[in-house]
Amino acid sequence: MSKSINEIQDEIIENFNLFEDDMESKLFYLMDLGKKLPAMLEAHKTENFIVKGCQSKVWLFPEFKNGILHFEADSNTEITKGLISLLISVWSGKKPDEILTSELYFIDKIGMGKMIGSQRSNGFSSMIKQMRNYALAFKMIK
Amino acid sequence: MNLNIEEIRNQFPILNQSVNGKPLIYFDNAATTQKPISLINAIKKYYENDNSNIHRGIHTLAERATNAFEETRKSVQQFVNSKEVEEIIFTKGTTEGINLVAYSYGEKFIQAGDEIIISTMEHHSNIVPWQILCEKKAAILKVIPINEEGELLMDEFEKMLSSKTKIVSLVWASNALGTINPIKEIIEKSHAFGAKVLIDAAQAVSHLDVDVQDLNCDFLIFSAHKMYGPTGVGILYGKRELLESMLPYQSGGEMIKEVRFEGTTYNDIPYKFEAGTPNIADVIALNHAIEFINGISKSKIRDYENSLLDYFLQLICETNDTIKLYGTSKKKVAIQSFVLKNMHHFDAGMMLDANGIAVRTGHHCTQPLMSRFGIEGTIRASFAVYNTKKEIDVLVESLIKISKK
Repeated sequence: MSKSINEIQDEIIENFNLFEDDMESKLFYLMDLGKKLPAMLEAHKTENFIVKGCQSKVWLFPEFKNGILHFEADSNTEITKGLISLLISVWSGKKPDEILTSELYFIDKIGMGKMIGSQRSNGFSSMIKQMRNYALAFKMIK
Repeated sequence: MNLNIEEIRNQFPILNQSVNGKPLIYFDNAATTQKPISLINAIKKYYENDNSNIHRGIHTLAERATNAFEETRKSVQQFVNSKEVEEIIFTKGTTEGINLVAYSYGEKFIQAGDEIIISTMEHHSNIVPWQILCEKKAAILKVIPINEEGELLMDEFEKMLSSKTKIVSLVWASNALGTINPIKEIIEKSHAFGAKVLIDAAQAVSHLDVDVQDLNCDFLIFSAHKMYGPTGVGILYGKRELLESMLPYQSGGEMIKEVRFEGTTYNDIPYKFEAGTPNIADVIALNHAIEFINGISKSKIRDYENSLLDYFLQLICETNDTIKLYGTSKKKVAIQSFVLKNMHHFDAGMMLDANGIAVRTGHHCTQPLMSRFGIEGTIRASFAVYNTKKEIDVLVESLIKISKK
């Protein structure tokens, strides 16, 4: 039995708690996570799968197999990439329903709330919306 | 020129705080400057004692508010040395000022085939209003190119000028690069062809001496909030005969002389362009920003800021290859754009914020300029009179630290 969405979120929060209020270390950690994000297939990095932000660009590619939604994603900025890797660990490999009914609380709890505050500044908040949209779309197909 | 910076800093309560556990270092002054305590108190005092609608009431509060409001207009007149106080129009900011001229002047005087000249380094707010006007009127927008240092190619500009040129709308000091453009020369050359010249002085006004009569510009526009003043207030200076010849921008209260269903006559300038209740409290507060600047003197502020920019550039120079500068003209206000060679500007901005340092990252509302340099954006540090060399040390140390990662 794989971990639930909230179990994964709680683990992330626990990891980040180690940094206490040290924002710089958190960001360095995120950048490291970003580097470990599995590379996205170049063929999937097309205009159709781009989620645009004012400063950072995000690509998001969904795949729906046996009732499970998988995501591949990438970004041109390292910090956003790190956040993406966390988001993928939380939502990728879940059923559309699980994604749609879940509440994403880890971003705020790890002190990255401002990354979702302003859609204008980065593609990350648009990406969250887009992932939910995909979940909704694939739920309909099913 | 010895300024007591500690004393100046004490007038800005906002600077005395920590961000992410580090002392705040505010280097985003080209976006907006911080406000002195005298101004903050003036806003409070206005709402506590004088709040009233202006120009119409006959009661004491209305008179007090009106007088204070009109006092600021006189201060602005002196600040930019306009011939007449009626040539000073309050707007909500530079963007509105440019839109006002593009509409009110453009609608009446621009015809198909006319040409409007801007430059590669314009802010979007000095591009889009002209694009819209050109589209509506089938007029032509021409763009002065720049060199690698971020300076206008004056030869190209001169080639563009002709009897078809109706408006030249240019930035005095570039918000992204800091370049100071030779606007006096540009105004003279444009006038020789009968063109009107609008100067976007948003970034210039807190650093450079402004004398609209000496410049002989037709319009000069700026925002209060980039000169230690409040947000939501801007100034449009225009020559009387031009302002009088133009259409109203917005209509309603205040801008009318007489309203009848058969027809309405418009008020005289400046009121013709100030429809509706203005931002009274902030206009009154602007007077304190002008007092703050005059109290130190603009030339001292400028010399000090330039010394900060020089110091920053000297430190950057010592970092060798990690930082690439954009905007390397010799004639600049204290604004510097740069990129880290191995880090996206967004990541760098986040890392600097983690160190308590506020800079601007991104395209600075100058996408065509970024394209000219083949980049998506930069990190921009912009200095004000309350910044210190010590703060610049911290910025450079942080840049070195994060770029090593």
